[in-house]
Amino acid sequence: MATIPVIQIRNIRKYFKGVKAVDGIDLSIGEAEFLALLGPNGAGKTTLVEMIEGLQKPDSGEILLMNRHWKGNETYLRRFLGISLQETRFIDKLTTTETLRLFASFYGIGEKRIDEVLDLIRLQDKKKAYTVNLSGGQRQRLALGIALMNSPAVLLLDEPTSGLDPNSRREIWDILLALKKNQHTTMILTTHYMEEASFLCDKIVIMDNGKILAEGTLEELLTRNQSDEIIEFNLDGDPADLNLNNDNWLKKMNWDPDHKKVTLFVTEILQALPHVLDKTGSDKYKIMGLECRKMTLDDLFISLTGRKLTD
Amino acid sequence: MRRNPLIQLILIHFREFVREPAIIFWSIIFPVAMAWVLGIAFSRQSELVQQVVFIENPREQYPLFREFLEDSKEINKEIYGENITCFEKTITSDKLGKTSFRFISTDWDHGILLLKRGQVNLIMKEYPDSLEYFFDPVNPQAKMLFVMLSSALNNDRLVYESAKISPLTQTGNRYIDFLIPGLLAFGAMNSLLWGISYALIEMRSKKLMRRMVATPMKRSEFLISFFVARLSIAIIEAAILWTFAYFYFRITLQGSFLALATIFLAGNIAFSGLAVLISSRTANSRVGTGLINVVTMPMMILSGIFFSYHNFPDFAIPVIQKMPLTMMADSIRAVFIEGSGMVQVAGNSAVLTGLGIFCFLIGLKIYKWY
Repeated sequence: MATIPVIQIRNIRKYFKGVKAVDGIDLSIGEAEFLALLGPNGAGKTTLVEMIEGLQKPDSGEILLMNRHWKGNETYLRRFLGISLQETRFIDKLTTTETLRLFASFYGIGEKRIDEVLDLIRLQDKKKAYTVNLSGGQRQRLALGIALMNSPAVLLLDEPTSGLDPNSRREIWDILLALKKNQHTTMILTTHYMEEASFLCDKIVIMDNGKILAEGTLEELLTRNQSDEIIEFNLDGDPADLNLNNDNWLKKMNWDPDHKKVTLFVTEILQALPHVLDKTGSDKYKIMGLECRKMTLDDLFISLTGRKLTD
Repeated sequence: MRRNPLIQLILIHFREFVREPAIIFWSIIFPVAMAWVLGIAFSRQSELVQQVVFIENPREQYPLFREFLEDSKEINKEIYGENITCFEKTITSDKLGKTSFRFISTDWDHGILLLKRGQVNLIMKEYPDSLEYFFDPVNPQAKMLFVMLSSALNNDRLVYESAKISPLTQTGNRYIDFLIPGLLAFGAMNSLLWGISYALIEMRSKKLMRRMVATPMKRSEFLISFFVARLSIAIIEAAILWTFAYFYFRITLQGSFLALATIFLAGNIAFSGLAVLISSRTANSRVGTGLINVVTMPMMILSGIFFSYHNFPDFAIPVIQKMPLTMMADSIRAVFIEGSGMVQVAGNSAVLTGLGIFCFLIGLKIYKWY
């Protein structure tokens, strides 16, 4: 893994009418690194990415892109940046090729690259179609094509698969995986899909309420935080009466009163399970749906925030 | 092959225009708004002062008319820089209601000028035994005025038999000669304000502007592309209208073509600047539509495109005359039917160009690109 920092973020903050959208974030992203910003809606992912893109100014802190600040370097930096916004609609009655040609002209790029990009985003058969007639997935691929037009050194993708059906999402993933394999592009992708972050990215940053809660590779995140094994069951009663908190095999317990679900984060299932069965074995408690499994990103997010990513 | 970004940006507008003409939103509201304006204009007819040019004959006066003028109010009024004697009289008739007349006492040449400028629709000349009326017989306002006037003079009895009517149908004196230059200015205003403002606001609301600004695209080229494309479209629209007017109504240009081109360009600069200012902040197309209407509607109603703004109260006229559309329409009209040249349109052209640049700079200063 290359370690040259292409993007350096130092203690940046951004507030909107008293709401802390981004609250003191430090982050460093190396060359050819593929980083996922994972978090629920309102976590501050888009604001953070738009500040990196130079589309929003931080209230305080510093952002360096390829060792340059945005101020005074905008024209230079834009040449190396590829951007796919969370939501972009195109000019309805422009064809796919005309749309790509328009953006290519801003970079002084010729027809050959437009053809390459059409291949890359698999829209050759739609090159004469008006953008208004493209499907959601095709439009998202066109947005990706525009972002790739200048063969960017840094590619910033804001929820590129949000709202797409599984097939369309998979098509975007395939393009991104091909990019990761063949190029030396530094990529940041924001998402609220766990599987997307874990499938595509080298490094995952979990955000909520404008702060970074955890960062690292998938393995690092799962082992560093609390535990790597889970015991989960539904309980007809109050888990506080079980006195599980006093036991040293237990790292953490979560209780979801709405679904009457207990989630135990344990060091080792084989060691913990007899204790759980012993405590819950009396007639006083009725347990159902007992499940033992490895910890996932979803569990990690719940353990960090106490809520689900989709909440 | 590398493409020029400015040309690509300009091509967007032409492609949109050709592929979706319905984008010219005003074509939808135009008929409705026009019906509304005409409705207002005609429903308030009775409250308006009907202006008539009166060519006096001091030696041989027409007794019936002098008798009619006996209880009128004599005032001095400044009209286009000249102090002119006017006679004002309001009469109430059972059949025609309340009617106010203003008889502007002047000579023939000045009377024709007032008619060309739309300030009056009718000229009357006095003879010892009758009156002679001069007006365009296809101008409904003029015909109506003739009927009202002859009725008033004859105790509600129409006098087609005794009065002599001389149709003024030469080129330059007709209602259509008044209307076409106004429509040229009106078309330019609509094309520029709707074509630029609405398109910019829509691009902002679609986040397309944000996406384009996130590239090395020059923002000046982005805005220039709008001006070039809409100016070209406005020229094409004006050329079509003028060609039609030439072949169908035999409307010819009396003044300098250079003066016409100058005032047309200046008007386009003014409306482009206004368009950039209107679209500088909002990302909501419904708010944008409201803002454009706020600017265009008053000018559409007041600027004397379809009817002379001299029908409005006197206190409003100096304000109306300073509206961009009025300045453009009056100057185009002066070139078309009064034979004006560069000297006559230079003032209005300079003001319109200055206004456009001023609005553009303010708009740019507060422009919301992201």
